[in-house]
Amino acid sequence: MNEFVETLLSLTWHEPKTSYDVVIIGGGGHGLATAYYLAARHGITDVAVIEADYIGSGNTGRNTTIVRSNYGIPESIKFYRHSQVLYGQLEDETGCWIMHATKGLIWLAHTESAMRSERARVQLNAALDVETVLIDPVEVKLLCPQIDLSGGGRYPVLGASYHVPASTARHDRVVWAYAQGAMQRGVHVLQQTRVTGLLRDGDRVVGVRTDKGDIAAGTVMSAVGGDVSTIANYADVRLPIRTHPLQAFVTNGYAQGLGPIISDTELLCYISQTARGQMLIGHEYDREQSYSRQSSFQFLQSNAVKMSYLLPFVRNLRILRQWAGRCDVSADFSPIMGFTGVDGFVISTGWGTWGFKAIPAGGEQMAELIATGSTPALIAPFALDRFAADHSMADQGSTGTR
Amino acid sequence: MLIVTCPNCGQRPVEEFRFGGEIPSPPSDLTDSVERDFDQVWMFNNVAGVQTERWYHDAGCHRWLTATRDTSIDRFVE
Repeated sequence: MNEFVETLLSLTWHEPKTSYDVVIIGGGGHGLATAYYLAARHGITDVAVIEADYIGSGNTGRNTTIVRSNYGIPESIKFYRHSQVLYGQLEDETGCWIMHATKGLIWLAHTESAMRSERARVQLNAALDVETVLIDPVEVKLLCPQIDLSGGGRYPVLGASYHVPASTARHDRVVWAYAQGAMQRGVHVLQQTRVTGLLRDGDRVVGVRTDKGDIAAGTVMSAVGGDVSTIANYADVRLPIRTHPLQAFVTNGYAQGLGPIISDTELLCYISQTARGQMLIGHEYDREQSYSRQSSFQFLQSNAVKMSYLLPFVRNLRILRQWAGRCDVSADFSPIMGFTGVDGFVISTGWGTWGFKAIPAGGEQMAELIATGSTPALIAPFALDRFAADHSMADQGSTGTR
Repeated sequence: MLIVTCPNCGQRPVEEFRFGGEIPSPPSDLTDSVERDFDQVWMFNNVAGVQTERWYHDAGCHRWLTATRDTSIDRFVE
C-alpha cells in the first residue's frame, strides 16, 4: 500500500501485542470483514488480523469482483442474497465509496440441457425472492447489442437466465473500507507477518506462532486463501480442499459500452467492463492443483478465443495484463465456515472462485459465531462436519467451473 | 510449457493429459477403518510441495501414469 492511498484512508498501524482475544489469520476481505463486524456489532475490539504480505494482496485483490446470488441450492441462495443486501448497505455503513454498481448478469445457455438447468434455477431463485428471469435470444441482444447470437457459428445462444441484481464493486476499496472501520475501533492489523505455526495446549489452539514472535489468542480464525491446508495441518485438521490456480486478464481501457456482466457456464468464461473501461475477462480454474501464481499463454489463448466467439469486438482490443490467484476448491464446491472440531480454532475457507461476493455475509456470520460461540442458522449448512454427516452442499453448476 | 514424461510416449506437453488428482493417503495415525475410509474419499493432503499424483494420457496412449510434481512451483520432479 503506498503513501498516496494511506493519506486517503485513516489507517493506523500497530506493533504486535503478545496476546489478543481473537487472532484472524489472513488480511483479505473475509478476515478484515470478520474483524470489522466483531468490533462494530459485538464490541470485541481486542482483535489482530495477521497478513503475510499487505492487506488485500491475495485473492481479494485478484478476483473479478462479481456479486451475485443466482445459485442452485436454497442454502446458498439465502446466504449470497444476504451478502448482496450487505454490499448494498456497505457504503452507508462504513462511509467509504466502494464503487458498487448494479449491472445485471446474463448467464448464457447454448444447449437444451443448459436451458433446462436455467429454467430450474429461475424457478428456485424466484421462490427465494431473488430476481432471476429466463430471457430469449432477442432479449439477450437488446441487453447486450455486441453479442454474436450464433456464437461464432459454433455456440448458438438459445437463451439465458438474467440475474437482475448482479453487481460489481472495487475490490481494493472493499478491503480498505473494512480495514479502516476495524482499525478505527481498535483492531490491530499486522502486515508483513507470516504465521509459521499454531500454539497448542493439549487439544486446544491457544495462539499463533509468527516470524515476529508468538501471539496468544482466545480464538484463532483461519481466513487465508491459498494456504489453508498448511494452516489447518498445524492444528491436525483435515480439509476436503484442493488448491488450484485461477487466471484472469484485463484489456486496456475503452469507452464504456458493455452494460451487463456476461457469463457462460458452458464455455466457462465471463466478462465485465470495469469502471475505468477495461474488459475484465476470467475463466474456470486450472486443471491441476498448484500453488504457483504463474499465468500462462495457453490460458490467454483459449480464453480469448472463447470470448471472441461470443463478443467479436474483443478481437480488436489490446491486452494489458494477466495474473493468477490460488483457489481453495472444496469437494462439494461450497464454502466451509465454522468450527473445526479443535477448540479455539475456527475456519472460513473453501471460497474457490466464489469468495468475493460473500465477504460481507461471511464476515458478519463468522463474527457472530466467534462472539456467541454458536453457529448462526444462515451458515450452519456450511459446517465442516457436513461431509461426515453426508450432507454435502453440491452446487458446482452455479460456480462457473467444471 | 509444462512437459509430462509418459512412460510409453516420452516427453509430451501437459495439454495432452488429463489431471487425475493426488493419490489419497490418509494420515498413518488414523487407524479406525471407518474414519480412514472417510478420509480416503473426502479429504486431501493438498501439500504445497512434492505431491504424488495420477495423470491420464488422453491425446496419446490412453494410459494412466503416476508422476511426482512440486505444486509450489508447478514443475515435475525427477
